[in-house]
Amino acid sequence: MNRPFPIQKLNIALAGNPNSGKTTVFNALTGARHHVANYPGVTVEKKEGVFRYNGIDMHLVDLPGTYSLTAYSTEELVARHFIFEERPDVVVDVLDASNIERNLYLATQLMEMQVPLVLAFNMSDVAQSRGLEFDVAQMERLLGVRIVPMVASRRKGIDELLEAIVQTAHQETHRILNIPYGQEIEEELSKIEKMLDPCAAALPAKYPMRWIALKLLEGDPEVQEWVKDASIVRQVEAGREHLRTIFRDHPDIAIAERRYGFISGACQETIKNTVQIRHDISDWVDVLLTNRYLGLPIFAALMFGVFYLTFRVGAYPMGWLEELFAWLGAAITEQWPPHTLLWLRSLVVDGIIGGVGGVLMFLPSILLLFLGIAFLEDTGYMARAAFIMDRIMHKIGLHGKSFIPMLIGFGCSVPAIMATRILENRRNRLATMLVIPLMSCGARIAIYAIFVAAFFPDYLRGPMMWLIYVIGIVLAILCIQLLRRTLLKGETIPFVMELPPYRMPTLKGLVIHMWDRGWLYLRKAGTLILMLSIVLWAAISYPRPPAEALEGLDVRQQRRATLQYSVAGRIGRAIEPAIEPLGFDWKIGTALIGASVAKEVFVLQLSIIYAMGDGAENSGILEERLREDYTSLQGFCVMLFCLITAPCIATVAATRRESGAWKWALLQYAGLTALAYLVTLAVYQAGRMIL
Amino acid sequence: MTPEKPMGKTTVCPLNEFQAGTTVRIVKVDAGRGLKNRLASMGLLVNADIRVVRNDGAGQIIVGVKNSKIILGRGMCHKIFASFC
Repeated sequence: MNRPFPIQKLNIALAGNPNSGKTTVFNALTGARHHVANYPGVTVEKKEGVFRYNGIDMHLVDLPGTYSLTAYSTEELVARHFIFEERPDVVVDVLDASNIERNLYLATQLMEMQVPLVLAFNMSDVAQSRGLEFDVAQMERLLGVRIVPMVASRRKGIDELLEAIVQTAHQETHRILNIPYGQEIEEELSKIEKMLDPCAAALPAKYPMRWIALKLLEGDPEVQEWVKDASIVRQVEAGREHLRTIFRDHPDIAIAERRYGFISGACQETIKNTVQIRHDISDWVDVLLTNRYLGLPIFAALMFGVFYLTFRVGAYPMGWLEELFAWLGAAITEQWPPHTLLWLRSLVVDGIIGGVGGVLMFLPSILLLFLGIAFLEDTGYMARAAFIMDRIMHKIGLHGKSFIPMLIGFGCSVPAIMATRILENRRNRLATMLVIPLMSCGARIAIYAIFVAAFFPDYLRGPMMWLIYVIGIVLAILCIQLLRRTLLKGETIPFVMELPPYRMPTLKGLVIHMWDRGWLYLRKAGTLILMLSIVLWAAISYPRPPAEALEGLDVRQQRRATLQYSVAGRIGRAIEPAIEPLGFDWKIGTALIGASVAKEVFVLQLSIIYAMGDGAENSGILEERLREDYTSLQGFCVMLFCLITAPCIATVAATRRESGAWKWALLQYAGLTALAYLVTLAVYQAGRMIL
Repeated sequence: MTPEKPMGKTTVCPLNEFQAGTTVRIVKVDAGRGLKNRLASMGLLVNADIRVVRNDGAGQIIVGVKNSKIILGRGMCHKIFASFC
């Protein structure tokens, strides 16, 4: 039967296994217009997109990628709740057609939830090349759902999918598929169903009875909570015990086996395999890429490529942006009407353009790093790298996968901390999250660039940069070891992860992937950094020294005197005794105050202290001045301290959000600051004795 | 087959004792309910035929299940028992 009125708006949920190409389908449907948030109360990403099709407003929600819909993982619970609570008009299950049996396992569970369903057989070209021929019409009859073969990466089948979605939404009744579970299980199911019927009113109305009975029999912890009736609980227990004796296994495993049995029966009837399964090429590639001897060098070479792209190629757009902001600042200063609202000019030029521009300058490098990482992820290589790294990571008490967020940390800590979501184990995830700031982020390059250039001869600059990065990594390893032996003790859980098939990434996919992470960095610049730039500007500009104190000084000396008199200058002086053992004076102290907000502010502060314009034309002079005031040991200590010390505010906020508790964010903040102090103290004092 | 442990057609061994390139059938999964369910949802359950793609004798191993590949931690492999099929 058809609905009497034309549909105006459709809510669609996208389900599917990880690696089924769900994201590609999402991108193909919505384009780049999407919105990322979290599902309420959990740190599971919720992606939503809106688009129009044939006059209908389509609202698409990407459910977390899952293999099943049990109550054992947050992702599966989130997906299940969304389907039942939000009641989407249509659920689209994306399946990898070349691995159809495994992918249908989730589909059968969606069918049992009795939702309007469309199956998208994605990557049907790969399936075809493997010699699989689907009798789609027959399969639709068997499963009672619409099936659309497609190749999302080449936009093939997108229109057919949309058409099937609209048609499915128009249907008022849906065929209900009951998977035959065999006599024993069916008997138990109907017994429970009969008992459930009278108390249906007390149960969440949206859930079908057979599904509840099945979940009770499986021993689903969430559904068991709903049913408190003593006689039903007894019946369920008796049924589970009965099945356990028959199948000599947990009832839920027996049920899983039946599901696979049903699937393989359906597949035998509808899929023809025209090619004798030959040994997969991807097996050979895997053997090469994960080889005991070749694996690491290949990995190292690829990493070198990514970092080369980031730093060498990224240096060009970075230079252009630097010039652009310098030009913008100069232009505004020039055009400003003389002697009016000078404080506002200073706020705009020194505060906002200096502060935000300093952050934006690093955007190209960071985007390039994220592009490189997205490429490695989308081709499927990253999972192989996780395998190679596992042996090393295992020794420090982490899984191989932990290295992926760490790698992103070289770009920006904020998306890196969010990327720890790929780690299932909470202890593992926390340990990784806490040490991520030790991966030198893009913002810190500015500090190193100035200090390395100021204190080290040409031939030592490369190695010094390299040394700083390595020190960060080594400290991270040591910190993880410490954390895993104290606060985050516990066995590493048994590890299972799917290796995604090798795939040619699409440009669109790469750009979206890169942009999602880059946006987090950019947003930080637009909101937090903008705000703090203003606060910081006020702290270095006020209170103003009395006019007579500035008399007879030239402009540069005036700026310096103003800074010394300001809030920031005073704090810098106040902490001088504390940082003096590290080889730092009040000037560095003042700059560090700024750096505690955002690392990139450090250089900005120093250039003001040394009373010179912030423009690029002065960068050589700053290095000269630094050389006059400090020894290279002191310079090195500044870099070291900036590497380790308290993460920027945006990172602290991200850690708080992702760990769910302030205590972890505070531990990270205080712990790293203390570590920075101790390490720098040791290096400076030891260095002074030797040198 | 590892040379020091010759196995007959019907011998049941933990998964980590099978060499790369062999195809085996899962006989038993010795794990808790949560993990068993997770493995089952990925296609690793009793009577499933899997091929060992990579096994160094240390560290993780890679197995092929139907048309997907799965990394299993060493600890995990000790819990999955299989025999030649």
